[in-house]
Amino acid sequence: MIEVKDLEKSFGDAHILKGISATFEKGKTNLIIGTSGSGKTVFLKCLLGLFDYEKGSISYDGKIFSELSEDKKRDLRADMGMVFQGSALFDSMTIAENVMFPLRMFTKQSKSEMMDRVDFVLNRVNLPDAHKKMPSEASGGMQKRVAIARAIVNKPKYLFCDEPNSGLDPKTAIVIDNLIKEITEEYEITTVINSHDMNSVMEIGEKIVFLRYGLKEWEGSKHNIFKTDNEIVTDFVYSSNLFRKVRESLNK
Amino acid sequence: MQYLHNIGTYFLMVLEMFRKPTKWSVMKQLILKDIDDLIIGSLGIVAFISFFVGGVITIQTALNINNPLIPKYLVGFATRQSVILEFAPTFISIIMAGKVGSFITSSIGTMRVTEQIDALEVMGINSINYLVFPKFIALMLYPFVISIAMFLGIFGGLTACVLGGYSSADDYIIGIQTELIPFQIVYAFIKTLLFAFVLATIPSYHGYFMKGGALEVGKASTTSFVWTSVAIILLNYVLTQMLLS
Repeated sequence: MIEVKDLEKSFGDAHILKGISATFEKGKTNLIIGTSGSGKTVFLKCLLGLFDYEKGSISYDGKIFSELSEDKKRDLRADMGMVFQGSALFDSMTIAENVMFPLRMFTKQSKSEMMDRVDFVLNRVNLPDAHKKMPSEASGGMQKRVAIARAIVNKPKYLFCDEPNSGLDPKTAIVIDNLIKEITEEYEITTVINSHDMNSVMEIGEKIVFLRYGLKEWEGSKHNIFKTDNEIVTDFVYSSNLFRKVRESLNK
Repeated sequence: MQYLHNIGTYFLMVLEMFRKPTKWSVMKQLILKDIDDLIIGSLGIVAFISFFVGGVITIQTALNINNPLIPKYLVGFATRQSVILEFAPTFISIIMAGKVGSFITSSIGTMRVTEQIDALEVMGINSINYLVFPKFIALMLYPFVISIAMFLGIFGGLTACVLGGYSSADDYIIGIQTELIPFQIVYAFIKTLLFAFVLATIPSYHGYFMKGGALEVGKASTTSFVWTSVAIILLNYVLTQMLLS
C-alpha cells in the first residue's frame, strides 16, 4: 500500500502540487486521472522518487521514502516497476536483454535462470518469440508489452504506469489495460496508473483519484464516478461524445 | 550567473560519476562497448587525417626553407615537433570533439528525451555512473589513438618529403631524431589524458542535462562541440604555460 500525505511540489514560482493526500491499495489498479496540466505526471514522478518535493510524505508499506538512507531507497526502488508513456526501452539492447536488465542489475542469478524468467514473463505478456528483436522493430503495442514485462520481471511490489495505452488503437489499449489488471491481481502488487482515458477507467479502474490544478478533486470507485454530483468530474467523464450519448440513452 | 550554475552542475556530475558504482559484470560490457564505439571507431578517421596533415606540414615547412645554409634535416625536425607537440594531441582532440563528442551528447540526449535515463533512475541505478563512467574509462585509452596519430603524422611527412623530392629519406630520419627531448613526449601525453577527460565529460554533461525534444538533441550536440573545443584550447594554453615555459 502507498500512502501520500499533503504532497506539495513547485518548479520555481509554479506551484504544481498543492497538498495532495491519497492512498493506493495493494492488489488493486489505482488510477490517477485528470485533464492535461492537472499535475498527474509530476505526482507520479514524486511517487517514483524522480522528483523531490517540498512538503508532505510518501510511505510504501509504512516506510517513509524521504526518511530512508540512500541504500534503503535503492533497495525500495528495486521493488518498483515502471511502464513509461513512450515505453523507454533501451534501444541498444534486444527485447530479451531489455527484459533481463533488472535481473542483471539486482540479482545474482545465473544466465540460464535469468533466461528462464525472461521466457516466462515474455510468455505472460504474449510475446513468446520476440526475444531477438530490437525495440525499433516492434510495434507500439509490442513495445508496451515489453515495457510491462521489464517492469514485472523482478517481481516488484509496486507497479507504476504513465499513460500505458496512449498512442495505441482501442483494441490494443484494452489488451494492455487488461494485462495490467491481471498482473496486478495475480502478483498482488500495488499498481498506480496515470491516465486521462475514460475507457481505462471503465475497464480497470478499481480506485480512482481525480486531480485538478494540483489538488485532489475527487476520489472513489469506477462505479461512483458515473454517479457523482461533482460537476467538474462529471464534465471530465462526459466530455466524450460517446459517453454523453450513452448517458442520454440511459436517461431515456 | 547561469554559467556558474552550469560549471557547478558539471563538477557535481563528475563527482557523481564515481559514486554508487554499477555492478562490475554490467560495467565491464559497457566499457568494452564504449572502447569499440569511441576508440576503435575513431582509428580510421584519425589515421587518414594524421597521415595527410603530416604530409602537408612537411611540404609547407620544406617550401618555406629557402636559405641554403639551413640543413635539409630541419624538415623532419620541424614536422616531428609540430606533430608531437600540437597536431596529434590538440588538433586531433578538436576533431574528436566533433566526432566522439557529438556521438556522446546525442546518444545520452536521446536517452534523456525518450525517458531511458528516467527508467534507469527508477530502477535505483546511478544513471551518471552507468552512462558516463564507461566513456571516461574507454577514453583513458585515448593516448593509444594519439600515439598512432603521432606515428602516422611523421610517416605521412616522410612519404610527402620523399615523393615531393624536398629532401632525402635519410635527411628526414636524421631530422626526426635530432634533439629529441623526452619530456616533450611526456607533456604531449599529459595533455592527451586531460583532453580525454574533457572529451568524456563535457559532451556527457550536455547530453545528460539537456531538456526538450529531438531538435534540442541536435542543438545540444552543437553546443557540446563548441564548449569541448573551447575547454581543450584553454587547457592547452594553460598546460603549455605550466609544463613547458
